Amino acid sequence: MDTEPRFFETNGPGTGGVVGQPLNRVDGYDKVTGKAKYSAEFPLQGLVYGVLKGSEIAKGKIQSIDTTAAMKEPGVLAVLTHQNLPKLAKTPNDQEGKKAIGAPMGFLPLTSDVVHYAGQPVALVVADTFERATHAASLVRVQYAVEKPLASYQDPKAEIFNPEKVQDDKTKGYTRRGDAQAALASAPVKHSATYTHAINHHNPMEPGSTTAIWESADRLTVYESTQGITRTQKSLATMLGLPQEQVRVVTKYLGGGFGCKGSSWPHTVLTVQAAKAVNRPVKLVLTRQQMFTGMGHREDQTQTLQIGATKEGKLLALVHEKTSTTSPWDNYAEPNSRIINLLYDCPTFESSYQLARANVMTSTFTRAPGEAPGSFAIECSMDDLAYQLGIDPLEIRLRNYAEKDPTNGKPWSSKSLKQCYARGAELFGWNKRNPKAGDTRDGRYLIGMGMATASYPVHNSQGTARVRLYADGHAVVQSGATDLGTGTYTVMTQVAADALGLAPDKVRFELGDSRLPTAPNSGGSVAAGTVSSSVYVAAQEVWQKLKKLAIADKKSPLYRAKVEDVIVEKNRMVLKANKQKGEDFAALMKRNEMSDIEGTGNGKYGAGYESGLAPGPADSGHQDDKGGHSMHSFGAHFCEVHVDAELGTVRVTRWVSVHGAGRILNAKTARSQIIGGNIFGIGAALMEETFRDPNFARYTNASLGEYHIPVNADIPEMTVEFIEEHDPYINAMGVKGIGEISMVGVAAAVANAVFHATGKRVRDLPITPDKVMGVLSV
Amino acid sequence: MNNFSYTTATTAKEATGVRKDSAQAAFIAGGTTLLDLMKLNVEQHPQLVDINMVPFKGISETADGLRIGALERMSDVGENQLVVQQYPAISEALLLSASPQLRNMASIGGNLLQRTRCTYFRDTAFPCNKRNPGSGCPAQTGDNRGLAILGGSTACIATNPGDMAVAMVALDAVVTLENSKGKQRRVPLLDFHLLPGTTPQRETILEADELIVAVTVPAAAHARKSHYVKVRDRASYAFALVSAAVGLDVQGGQIQSARIAMGSVGTKPWRALEAEKMLVGKPATEASFRAAAAAAVRGAAPREHNRFKVEMAQKTIVRALQEITA
Ligand SMILES: Cc1cc2nc3c(=O)[nH]c(=O)nc-3n(C[C@H](O)[C@H](O)[C@H](O)COP(=O)(O)OP(=O)(O)OC[C@H]3O[C@@H](n4cnc5c(N)ncnc54)[C@H](O)[C@@H]3O)c2cc1C
Ligand code: SF4
Repeated sequence: MDTEPRFFETNGPGTGGVVGQPLNRVDGYDKVTGKAKYSAEFPLQGLVYGVLKGSEIAKGKIQSIDTTAAMKEPGVLAVLTHQNLPKLAKTPNDQEGKKAIGAPMGFLPLTSDVVHYAGQPVALVVADTFERATHAASLVRVQYAVEKPLASYQDPKAEIFNPEKVQDDKTKGYTRRGDAQAALASAPVKHSATYTHAINHHNPMEPGSTTAIWESADRLTVYESTQGITRTQKSLATMLGLPQEQVRVVTKYLGGGFGCKGSSWPHTVLTVQAAKAVNRPVKLVLTRQQMFTGMGHREDQTQTLQIGATKEGKLLALVHEKTSTTSPWDNYAEPNSRIINLLYDCPTFESSYQLARANVMTSTFTRAPGEAPGSFAIECSMDDLAYQLGIDPLEIRLRNYAEKDPTNGKPWSSKSLKQCYARGAELFGWNKRNPKAGDTRDGRYLIGMGMATASYPVHNSQGTARVRLYADGHAVVQSGATDLGTGTYTVMTQVAADALGLAPDKVRFELGDSRLPTAPNSGGSVAAGTVSSSVYVAAQEVWQKLKKLAIADKKSPLYRAKVEDVIVEKNRMVLKANKQKGEDFAALMKRNEMSDIEGTGNGKYGAGYESGLAPGPADSGHQDDKGGHSMHSFGAHFCEVHVDAELGTVRVTRWVSVHGAGRILNAKTARSQIIGGNIFGIGAALMEETFRDPNFARYTNASLGEYHIPVNADIPEMTVEFIEEHDPYINAMGVKGIGEISMVGVAAAVANAVFHATGKRVRDLPITPDKVMGVLSV
Repeated sequence: MNNFSYTTATTAKEATGVRKDSAQAAFIAGGTTLLDLMKLNVEQHPQLVDINMVPFKGISETADGLRIGALERMSDVGENQLVVQQYPAISEALLLSASPQLRNMASIGGNLLQRTRCTYFRDTAFPCNKRNPGSGCPAQTGDNRGLAILGGSTACIATNPGDMAVAMVALDAVVTLENSKGKQRRVPLLDFHLLPGTTPQRETILEADELIVAVTVPAAAHARKSHYVKVRDRASYAFALVSAAVGLDVQGGQIQSARIAMGSVGTKPWRALEAEKMLVGKPATEASFRAAAAAAVRGAAPREHNRFKVEMAQKTIVRALQEITA
């Protein structure tokens, strides 16, 4: 039992459960028929509309704001600016405030006359219709004292500095393990390369939105498009100086987030203050253009990776440097070094971060923050090394396979990467690949095959759930989680159904309301594991209560049995030694005149390899762990590309991904999620780029017309498989989460395939036709 | 977006009359360019005149070629068998444009009048000589990857981004215009769009009270053997990085007549007359094509991010010529 997830104790696989089955989405029908209400779709009495006006300039001071024309428009109720925004108890404008609020950015617009970045909100117009508010916002005239902005770390005038910590203090600005410089200097084989990554934006289908209603002077309800209702609730309560309980946050459905909805951005509290000012419910939806300066982005960055190795391709040293742009207030950089430190068995490692402040908002987590661009660097360099030494790219990865976590020497809680490599190679036909680069041609196309490793940590996280089981055989299960559209509603229904021994259609899972038991942010790939474990543990509490009831009930066949001797099979409690003897919960409850029974459960997710945190309590599933294991998902991508030998266009023609990510809760939604991550990664690899004008520090292509994301025609049929993994240490359900690993290594796999096709390496993302044509013609 | 009034016109005269009285008013056909620009506040019209009921319809074969009514939809023209068979470059250019939804809405007249995708033009926070004459051209030293290497000026290097016009310019199309007096004139499409010079805000020779009635394209051997190649950042639904429309009449391995035009390369649909001349009388070989392509980009003045277009335009021309002679 110690080496099996606790899930197996009760109603485990093989007992006819639905966990893992490709169940259709329980919310699918409501979504396609429009019944599902997204956060901006709640019809409310007296609702009015807020529209933000963003700054035209990127740096300077507001000298005056003329709102006369806007105020004169019919239907306009208020124009809020830094001069009349209702005062907040706390702002993130100092680091203490930022920390207390949990704000993603150390600056709140409309609290000062200073303009720090283009698009920074300078006014919020409220009117009785959206159209009138939009028009009035265009009539607000702002006079600025304009200063010359700085657009990025690449500006010669940028001041580069070494931060002590990056990513809100979560990652050290400098790390070393052993003496990597010395190891590099004496290594028989050396490789050094520099990679750049364009600015990327999340671009979820559903833009950010807030609908704020003051129920009374000190009670607030917010319908918010967020990945984390609890974080939003805490942030707002802190800024408003209200008890957390008096702020209610509701998010029933999300149209994607990818990290940009992981924290509470300025528009949320500004809308709340607007509702206060006009004493009406106010709804504000960011426009697509405002999404580019409203909810963060993946920062522009350069990485240099130096590798020292033996002639056999065994790694000796890894030295990594990253330089990127950050905002005037925060030291944010994605932690690229984590995956570079971790992915392969290498005795020495060194990493340092450099930042430059520029007139941009703070960047934020973007699907696989750090792992995505970090894997691009190391997986391209490993590929280069393989060619340099004449070793197959897959083989060189096997030669450096990390049997334990190289960063701390701990054993893995589970790792199926070798199986991922083997199965992926088999599905793809890797052995048929021509070992020579630039040597396979079909007509005008150069054909290339590439692969890359994926990995993502299991982040420390916890949450709670409540199960209410009714004697009539139905159950309501609740947790204040959010469903990004990835299937939380569905998989939690499955978990609860199995844990209670019910059919899924007898279970209703509710999420997305801060009145429900607290769940973690749906971010860092923690939701599936934490919430499913909470649900599972809550169901155990229900059974525990029922067992006690049965044992004390003279009329029960289980009367006077010992609790430990009673087990659960589907919806029945039976004696372990004599399974004929027992009864189902409905009979027991009805006899005892109970209409329903409740249990709550706390689910904890992993120990987090960086923190090596203490294990969770007995119900967490990793009580045996004592922080002794390193917990990660792993996977491998294989892909084929066709490169037009003259024009440089790249098309991905085949794709295989195999992952080992613990228990897979639903084969169908999991496959979709991996495909989604692959497409996200192909976008970053081949076309996604936000252009920030070097003189104006303003985005030029802030629209989905000019910011390209993949269309159907860019994506081939994809093969996705999972290696069955039973991880006893992760959490009660043995679930690792797949939201982000799906994206890791994707850009490298594409770049490696392009190299194999052309014999030329493009190290600047995205790999657009102009760049490929450029390297092909030299 | 500002408030505007909306009226429908059923005759050309009704429509042009409105514009004669108020040059601020705008015709609306499919609305796929106009409404975008109004929402972005790039254009502000107090009045819209819906011209979809004006009977500028029909795709027909005339004595000397093809005639397309200005209010025909891109999808209908692109899929029309006469166009597909006799003027394949036009059909290909249309079907490689935009998306099916847009093509179902967008008209041929509106297509010829679509405005540049220069990103500065579309964001009123930036200066832009085309949108706001005299304010400057940030594209010269900024985001110019998509902009023109031919026909630009220090005032403006915006491309005409459309596909169909490139194919039509290559095949000697002529536009028919009609003004508020009911007077019609015919103008070669090549002369319809203007170079930016010092007045980039003036994009065509169309007068305020004129409507596009139709486009005619002469029948020709090189039209029947014509072809459009579009290179873009993704497989579909993107404007061209560069494109080429070509037509060839080859007999006995010898080129009798040739047509070459480029898209997203010049500040207007760019006809390469020199290159065409070089091909006539030459064998239809890669060497001839390359030499012509080199001539087509002679005089190019690329900026920092669009340097690649010099090479890509040539390769695209060669590709298009090879594909029709293959
Ligand atoms: C997302 C997107 C992607 C696109 N991609 C492409 C692409 O890949 N390739 C491409 O070529 N195009 C593309 N387009 C542009 C599209 O082809 C044009 O918007 C369309 O052809 C315009 O036609 P319309 O009828 O909608 O014009 P409208 O928007 O109705 O009108 C445009 C202008 O023309 C004027 N006008 C219209 N008809 C007449 C007439 N008969 N006489 C005088 N004036 C007239 C209007 O007053 C207005 O000023 C794209 C557009 C969008 C929005
Ligand atoms: S290139 Fe033309 S359209 Fe673009 S910014 Fe310059 S003037 Fe404006």
